[in-house]
Amino acid sequence: MISPQTVDDALDALSDTPVHRLLAGGTDEMVKLNHGAQLRQFETVISLSRIPELSMWTLDTAGRQITIGAAVSWSQLTEAPFVEHVPVLAQAARTVGSPQIRNAGTIGGNVATASPAGDGLCALVALDAMATVRSTRGTRRVRVAELTTGPKRTNLEPDELIVSLDVPLTHGFQGYTKVGVRNAMVISLAGVALVVDDDRQSVSFALGSVGPTILRSPAAETVAANVLFGGTHLGDAMSQLAAAIRKTARPIDDHRSTAAYRRHAVGVLATRLIERALISRGASQ
Amino acid sequence: MTDLQLPPRQRDVLGTSPTRPDAPAKVSGAFAFSSDLTADGAVWGATLRSPHPHARIVALDVSGALAIDGVRAVITAADVPGRNAYGLIESDQPVFADGIVRFVGEPVAAVAAADPTTCQRALDAIVVTYDVLPPLLDPEAAIDPGTASIHPHGNVVRHQRIVTGDPSVVGDVVVEGEYEIGMQDQAFLGLEAALAIPDPDGSGVELHVATQWLHEDRQQIAACLGLPEASVRLVLGGVGGAFGGREDISLQVHACLLALRVGRPVRMHYSRTESFLGHVHRHPARIWMRHHADRHGTLVNIEARFVFDGGAYASTSSAVLINAVTHTQGPYRCPNAVVDGYAVRTNHLPCGAMRGFGVVQACFAHESQMDRLAAACGIDPLDIRRRNAMVTGDVLITGQPVTSVAPVLRCIDETEALPLPTQPVGGDDHPFGRPGGAGLTSDAGNIVRGIGYAVSIKNLMYSEGFDDFSTARCTVDDGQVALKYATAEVGQGFVTIAEQIARSILGLDEVSSETIDTTVGSAGSTSASRQTWMSGGAVEGACRAVRDRLLSDIASERGVEPGRLEVHDCDVVDVVDGWRQPVREAVRGRSFSEEFIHRHRPTVRLNDLGQGECHTAFAFAAHRAVVDVDVDLGLVKVVQIATAQDIGRALNPMSVIGQIEGGVAQGLGLAVMEEIVQVDGVIRNPSFTDYLLPTIADMPPVEIAMIEEYEPESPLGAKGVGEPPTISSTPAIVAAIRDAISQAYPMARPLTRVPVRPHDIVDAISNSR
Repeated sequence: MISPQTVDDALDALSDTPVHRLLAGGTDEMVKLNHGAQLRQFETVISLSRIPELSMWTLDTAGRQITIGAAVSWSQLTEAPFVEHVPVLAQAARTVGSPQIRNAGTIGGNVATASPAGDGLCALVALDAMATVRSTRGTRRVRVAELTTGPKRTNLEPDELIVSLDVPLTHGFQGYTKVGVRNAMVISLAGVALVVDDDRQSVSFALGSVGPTILRSPAAETVAANVLFGGTHLGDAMSQLAAAIRKTARPIDDHRSTAAYRRHAVGVLATRLIERALISRGASQ
Repeated sequence: MTDLQLPPRQRDVLGTSPTRPDAPAKVSGAFAFSSDLTADGAVWGATLRSPHPHARIVALDVSGALAIDGVRAVITAADVPGRNAYGLIESDQPVFADGIVRFVGEPVAAVAAADPTTCQRALDAIVVTYDVLPPLLDPEAAIDPGTASIHPHGNVVRHQRIVTGDPSVVGDVVVEGEYEIGMQDQAFLGLEAALAIPDPDGSGVELHVATQWLHEDRQQIAACLGLPEASVRLVLGGVGGAFGGREDISLQVHACLLALRVGRPVRMHYSRTESFLGHVHRHPARIWMRHHADRHGTLVNIEARFVFDGGAYASTSSAVLINAVTHTQGPYRCPNAVVDGYAVRTNHLPCGAMRGFGVVQACFAHESQMDRLAAACGIDPLDIRRRNAMVTGDVLITGQPVTSVAPVLRCIDETEALPLPTQPVGGDDHPFGRPGGAGLTSDAGNIVRGIGYAVSIKNLMYSEGFDDFSTARCTVDDGQVALKYATAEVGQGFVTIAEQIARSILGLDEVSSETIDTTVGSAGSTSASRQTWMSGGAVEGACRAVRDRLLSDIASERGVEPGRLEVHDCDVVDVVDGWRQPVREAVRGRSFSEEFIHRHRPTVRLNDLGQGECHTAFAFAAHRAVVDVDVDLGLVKVVQIATAQDIGRALNPMSVIGQIEGGVAQGLGLAVMEEIVQVDGVIRNPSFTDYLLPTIADMPPVEIAMIEEYEPESPLGAKGVGEPPTISSTPAIVAAIRDAISQAYPMARPLTRVPVRPHDIVDAISNSR
């Protein structure tokens, strides 16, 4: 195991050790190991927990964005003032695990794990977040939605490291809500993130746990934008919105729930978020 | 001595809640659980398990494992020197699969190696060639005599009928329903772990293990090892919960075999995933019931059919089934009944004991039926229960009169009288208190509140003619009291109770408990809500015997009749002349040791018509659940549980509260989240990631009324309190969910399955929106 102190050292380590395993909070990796995944022969564990620049977030007021280090913990995202800047990500972070897990688990790990049930991932996709991915070969910036290619799959190369995530600061309602079978510390059966941009009069919906990756629903976004900015009456649009969301969803049956329930649930969650958006604007109709 | 000073009040006697002797160590993390035990030169053991629910082992090649550096031994069925079979009731479960595997997780081989990683590499290097067979997964098919047997003992573990009165009676009102109970796990936090230490000459073994019953383990282990019982000594390792899941053998035989083979101490630990495979679970069940009542709601006849899926091996399935069918009627009078019950073998995970032991399943069905009956009769659900509530002296459908104190009406009335929650629907504006919790799922307007009730009866102690006894020894030496018993302290607090009993009877403060092991007679199992009654009775008997000897000695020294001397608080008192002396002084220089065996009154096995006094005693409880339901998403937050429980006497009120709150948590888990999911015989959620237990965010406050009516048959007047909280809490919660749903959707189908999953609620309302 090696513990680099800088990103550059980490990138060197990634490039120098072809067989390696990245360890940040360990909240996914240790579960895998405890479930029988074996370290491969000559596998080097590269710890990311001693790299200060990965563990902080910075506010760029002029550029209207926040840059979040990949090893920023869920707990950091649930503290003031982050909560006021990006409520959707703070709410998603608060649904993750227990206090202990939130102290250890990281936002970058959530992206790299690429679970369709990733709560932080869902919020990032709704935010249209950009990832900064580096290797000794160079730096690329890629939309988080394009980084994840399938359940637990990304297009990250073995020598690449997610260094940070850029999240835009917007005016407007944000919310994340999910369904789990218990009131905390639960993997979502269905999750929805909503980001409303009042300036651009745009809406984005991201759906979790109902497809191989986090899904966006352009059709539902159009309906929602009409409600929020076009004066469409919510009562008329509600069933249309839920239908559009459910049409986007591509859920499966598994041991956690049924596809039919998940499809139903994302529709309910999306309409509730729009209701909350309307209430928050004091424009409830 | 004079009477001028009031005698000092004694501390930590019965009726108080002293600090548990194990509490500081458990709170600080210093307590040694069985997984913490080690010994010089210890190596590690690990188990290879079947990946198939049903398969023939064609070939088994361990040479690759033996070739690995650091591997000390690899053992299989061929290496079992004694009987390659164990079981609590019938010996039908192999130590290692011999030719056939019958469930996913069945042990096939075990290895010993220098460290856990080498053990894992050794397991990976064992090559097993399987011929996969079609699994038997449908319990109804297992009943069918035309289905091929998956075990030489047959597919039906037990079939029991109960016929009483005139089962052809038809009521004015008839309701029927079919109910399903999912497979629950005990989910004790202290995983299976043991340390086996071989005797230097290899002639025997000492096993330190977390178990519920040392002597039963010893008997089964010795038979498998081919050793006399005297050569197998068991010591209780620190136990982190049990709930029935440690009644059966898991790693005990494997650890002993490996230790004897390698001649070194062997440590074995299960992971959480292995634990799900390595112990028995609560039986999943399908129960059909048809209740007949007159137009006023008085029960006149019950028909029922139970099918319990026992999985691959018998464990305690037959006793679980008997508990279920004999509790068909619940705590209600009914003159006529016909009941048919089956416990069957399938290629699912084996099932056996879990808190409530068959009565959990029966109670969910009969309480769901009582609500249906109330609705059909147009009667309040509590009134129909009051109308039918049994009292002491009533005769059960087995022909057994209930001789126990039976305060069923008080349980109902006092539960109803407990205060309702004050917080408004949807919680105190804190979204985490709503359905969905931290997921910010429900807004106040999405939530409907429901209230439901359920009442239960539960047998205490072992049944059907089992020779059920507990042993204890009390030694007083120069004022110090030492108690010796083999009662498994699994976290329930028996050690505390035992010491309270000794203080109360002997009037001495300095009481300690010796090592819990097999160097004293059996205490029976820590299960069936029995240890306070049984081992408590044994400790009481031993302490009384010591006290009587002391008083007799003092009486002869004083030249008075022994009957004149009594222990009052801390003093020996002559009730005739008022002489008194502190017990502490009276015992100075004296030494006594007495052993006592407590037995409960005999029971009998049910006959073919299910008749016979098969149970010893009964306890009762009622539960009220208040729930907030997000009906559109099918999410539930239990807001409050209220319960009045028949406990006989609160020997340790804090322990009673602990049992009730913990039991409610387990009942809540079964009601809304806990279930082992198996698909095609393969467990899909063997971890706490997906086997969900209630957390503090799910657990509501519990309002408790202890009903203390002294039970004359119990040595201390107390009834066991461990199981009833788990039994009727589940149906009360489901009744409350039904109540909430029906307010929003009056035409919704009633819920008939636990755990209630979100999609069950959504499906129930799907045709009634």
